[in-house]
Amino acid sequence: MSMSAIAVNNGVNVDALMGAREALAKAPEAAQFRWQATCDWMNGTHSRATVSNFFGLGQDQQRKTEFRFDADHPEVFASEDLGATPVEYVLVGLGACLTAGIAAVAQHRKIQLRSVSATIEGAMDIQGILGIDSDVRNGFEGIKVSFKVDADATADEIKALVAQSQKRSAVFDIVTNPTNVTVEVA
Amino acid sequence: MRNIAVLIIGAGHAGLAMSRWLSLRSIDHVVIERGEIANSWRRERWDSLRLLTPNWQRRLPGFAYEGDDPHGFAAMPEVIGFMERYARRIAAPVETHSRVTSVRRIESGYHVATTRGDWHCRAVVLAAGACNIASVPRLPERLPAGIQTLTPMDYRNPGKLDHGGVLVVGAAATGIQLANEIHRSGRPVTLAVGEHIRAPRTYRGRDIQWWMDAAGVLDQRFDEIDDLERARRVPSFQLVGSPECATIDLNALRDIGVQLTGRMVGLSGGKIWCSGSLRNQCAMSDLKLGRLLDTFDRWASENGRDREFDPPHRLAPTIVDEKPPLSIDLAKRNVRTIIWATGYRPDLSWLQIPVLDRKGRIRHNGGIVDAPGMYLMGMPFLRRRKSALIDGAADDARELSDHLASYLAGRQVLSLPNFAPKPNGRDQVGTTALADAMSG
Repeated sequence: MSMSAIAVNNGVNVDALMGAREALAKAPEAAQFRWQATCDWMNGTHSRATVSNFFGLGQDQQRKTEFRFDADHPEVFASEDLGATPVEYVLVGLGACLTAGIAAVAQHRKIQLRSVSATIEGAMDIQGILGIDSDVRNGFEGIKVSFKVDADATADEIKALVAQSQKRSAVFDIVTNPTNVTVEVA
Repeated sequence: MRNIAVLIIGAGHAGLAMSRWLSLRSIDHVVIERGEIANSWRRERWDSLRLLTPNWQRRLPGFAYEGDDPHGFAAMPEVIGFMERYARRIAAPVETHSRVTSVRRIESGYHVATTRGDWHCRAVVLAAGACNIASVPRLPERLPAGIQTLTPMDYRNPGKLDHGGVLVVGAAATGIQLANEIHRSGRPVTLAVGEHIRAPRTYRGRDIQWWMDAAGVLDQRFDEIDDLERARRVPSFQLVGSPECATIDLNALRDIGVQLTGRMVGLSGGKIWCSGSLRNQCAMSDLKLGRLLDTFDRWASENGRDREFDPPHRLAPTIVDEKPPLSIDLAKRNVRTIIWATGYRPDLSWLQIPVLDRKGRIRHNGGIVDAPGMYLMGMPFLRRRKSALIDGAADDARELSDHLASYLAGRQVLSLPNFAPKPNGRDQVGTTALADAMSG
């Protein structure tokens, strides 16, 4: 048997994903999802977010687990540091999204992964959020993601995995493109 | 009401190639043309445009380029003359200045209404082209007053533009050509770059189209590739046909001072917003080109022809600014003109038959439309990667006219892709390698 006959397993069920893609192409209304989180103020800059249910495939989807996330600011901001800062959650989201994408694309392209690790860095001039200089934006000046991928593939194939993952990433799209945001007070 | 067996809509290369094949099969037909032969080439192209394919590649059924410059690139008057000569040579029954206003299904065929009378036909071939309407993005708000917007179909030359800056949106073949000539005219250009495919004009001493042709990439069939949907949407190569055989890639544009930004994603407060994805778009394009050149190199060595060409090489990576601008303040940059080089689509407003998918594209299987006796020509990757090229019309017309003849004869015809034998006699490279080279 040739090498290619050895089953590639990155733990991603690509057949299910491809099946879903085919099914949803025929029923675009089922592809309309709404993700949600709740956020409660605890004290100071500390808040606690929860993530559980979402809407998709035409109905509310119940999860088995409710996930909780503490967010706060570090002590240099005179905070209590009871959780990651919100901007770090953005980096977490980007890293997780690109990494999941790499695993899925690798599975689809029959590339066995051994390890994938990423460092995600966001540069920020905090003169923006502190209102010192109105020419400085609040958000990141830029984000740098650095991947180390060990896989049965050439250097260019690995680069192509990482590139395709960006192309199909929701969070990459969210951070690189504008989004209309509506904030209401009920 | 006039009766005819087959009515072809459009007297461009695709319609004429089909006419030739129907004549060879002794099938009575007429070619209906809204204007003159090669109408789009006459009226909807900019002044400097030349074909992206070399002269030797201008091949139609029973006709080909006969001049003494096979490696040159034809300007529009030459293209028009070529089509006219072809129509005469094959005695194509063209009815010019006859615009189709509706095509309806009736018992036993189709009713085609035109500005010069009605027709009844048993079969109809849609060959009006893939590029009748320039696609323009919907803007969330009005552009500031005083900014002129143009599509490539309106644009003629830089001299007709206002002095001042120009924003070109889109970086496929059209976008890079216009960015290049407009910037060189002294009007500073900003180019918004989305998904694109970089391509050198020549590689190892041969034109890239020569490689595409010789290595079998252009002959790759629609029923052989993994993701046809995607292959049909791939943007055109960043190519220009010029006497100098110039390559215009993003590095060349950056060298002359064109400002590159990410894909245009919004407009508010007099600013155009651009995606932060330019680096990845360029990385993907470089990787894609690398895979395409790998395909050529593999073909050359597998066929023992390495010594005929210069040694393999790879292009320097596309250079992306450390911080490409995320917005363009139209007033501050003195942008006076915006050109939408964001693609084209066919005009099917007259087609009163339910054969369109939810995105408004014709449902077809290799040009056999999802309606009995209806055929489509000249679309990207209709039956082969070359289907939208002039050089692609011959094979598609031969195969589709074969199917059409069987349909008229009342024989059982299946809407299967493999009804015609595959051409042989040319060295084909593995299809997986090709799919890899071209997509993903």
